[in-house]
Amino acid sequence: MSGGAGNTTRILSAIIILALLSVPLVAQFMGSTYAITLGTRILIYAMVAVSLDLILGYGGLISFGHAAYFGLGGYVVAILSFHLADGTPILGFEGTNEALISLPLAMLASGLVAFVFGALSLRTAGAYFIMITLAFAQMLFYVFVALKYYGGDDGLAMSARNRFAGYRAVDPATFYYICLALLVGAMALVARILNSRFGMVIRGAKASERRMAALGFPVYRYRLAAFVIAGMIAGLAGGLWANLARFVSPDMMAWTKSGEFMVMVILGGLSSIVGPVLGAAAFILVESTISGLTEHWQLVFGPIVVAIALFAPNGLWGILRGRGGK
Amino acid sequence: MYLLVEQVLNGFQLGLTLFLLAAGLTLVFGIMGVINLAHGSFYMVGAYAGALVAGATGSFWLAVPAALVAAALVGMAVELVIVRRLYARDHLYQVLATFGLILFFNGFIAWKIGRAPLLMDAPKALSGFIEILPGLPYPTYRIAVMAVGLGVALGLWFMITRTRLGMLIRAGSTHREMVGALGVDIAKLYTLVFGLGALLAGLAGVMVGPVRSVQIGMGEQVLIMTFVVIVIGGIGSIRGAFVGAMLIGMCDTLGRAFAPTLFKLYLSGSIADGLAAALSSVLIYLIMAIVLVIRPRGLFPVGS
Repeated sequence: MSGGAGNTTRILSAIIILALLSVPLVAQFMGSTYAITLGTRILIYAMVAVSLDLILGYGGLISFGHAAYFGLGGYVVAILSFHLADGTPILGFEGTNEALISLPLAMLASGLVAFVFGALSLRTAGAYFIMITLAFAQMLFYVFVALKYYGGDDGLAMSARNRFAGYRAVDPATFYYICLALLVGAMALVARILNSRFGMVIRGAKASERRMAALGFPVYRYRLAAFVIAGMIAGLAGGLWANLARFVSPDMMAWTKSGEFMVMVILGGLSSIVGPVLGAAAFILVESTISGLTEHWQLVFGPIVVAIALFAPNGLWGILRGRGGK
Repeated sequence: MYLLVEQVLNGFQLGLTLFLLAAGLTLVFGIMGVINLAHGSFYMVGAYAGALVAGATGSFWLAVPAALVAAALVGMAVELVIVRRLYARDHLYQVLATFGLILFFNGFIAWKIGRAPLLMDAPKALSGFIEILPGLPYPTYRIAVMAVGLGVALGLWFMITRTRLGMLIRAGSTHREMVGALGVDIAKLYTLVFGLGALLAGLAGVMVGPVRSVQIGMGEQVLIMTFVVIVIGGIGSIRGAFVGAMLIGMCDTLGRAFAPTLFKLYLSGSIADGLAAALSSVLIYLIMAIVLVIRPRGLFPVGS
């Protein structure tokens, strides 16, 4: 990335960040907290999409099970809060409502599961990888459906939003800015990873796995590490989602969710870090607009998704930067 | 003992249903290299077409051909309009486009027919029971379903190994350009195979109609099981699809039927029920994981 293209990227990124910063101000000016909630949803989904882009766009690993880590992160936060309210211990510990404990644990749990699922599924490639990541995610989905203690099918409600270092973030704007800070942090992390040697290996392996192996890089381990990092970021986003909705359910890890995350990444623009944020924003705005007009939003949205796949493989980011077509 | 026989038969029946779906999916992948998530939608289209025709005419025997025709036509239309443009593209876009198709089909049915499940009756001639062992009645309809499934499996085997179409299919999966160069209309062959896969899915759909309810989302549930089947069998292999389908059908059915009893031997009631429910619903994925550790390309790997 150099010269004109780099400048375009920087200017567009600055516009996007300014726009994101101003959402709560505009919303408060218009007296609508709904816009802040909508904005927070966008930020959280954007975080998942950015993490998915790391493996999907840059790594060329088509994971169709990314919602599993998102959902698991959400469940960790909700379960910890549930045990605190219930007064029962979990694995010998007390529950907690402190985000500084809950969110890292959510990331840890998602990372561990991503490690196991990734270690198995990365043994394969191509179509196998797609189907296996999907199947493992579905497995986790059924585990939580079967866990009647934590609500099973009906999901689990949180009695209160987490405290952040003891501070109650009940104000929607405060929570919005916490999510924004974490999203920007995640994007910076992914950008840093991609420009490091580690990132070069991941990207190189997408172009030619054999070449990277011939250069002496253990491609499998690098990919697994990327898979785990992506899973952890998704887990963090899931934990934030649990806080936003104060409710988690197996639907968070449904296969359709994984598909939607994939749509966001491609809609925004593969391999672009900023693209997935645009994609998440566009997805949620289009979804909430259509579902406001008709209850059959899938009927309208499905053909849009097909059209993106057929005609706009570089997504919105590609169109903005003048690389729209195939 | 009787319960075991009954559950083995149920497992066999689920296996045959999965095979009908897996055969089409694996053929399409083996020949055209396309991952088709919308395959479950053809199953749903078959079930809905069957249930609607059966509801309107009262005849199951009209419902079956209607389901087959509907699924095959929808399948061929999907191939002509959309999938055809995706052959040369990355799997990612195939997944994305066919994901969009699922949303569309589910949305379409919710819009035109509604979200309430449809019910479908087994035909009168097959609605009774047959005593398969002394004192063990088994629904005639389920036996008929198994017979049809087995017949189709045999027919597919015959078609692929003994007919000209089968020869083209086999050749097309390994030497695509060469078959084209020899003057075979590859585009037509692809449409035909895609339609055949959709027809088999539609057949599976209409046959489970009287056993389960016909509803939106029925396709996706079975699609993911079908993925497990063909991953275990080896993507592209019909034989693998058959073995995988039988394995998954049996394990899933027997796991659900017997896991609670087994767990109750060692654990107290509610914990045993919870664990058994969790284990039996993840059993097939665990089997998939084990197969992958041993044979990453499935039991019957295709190609190099």
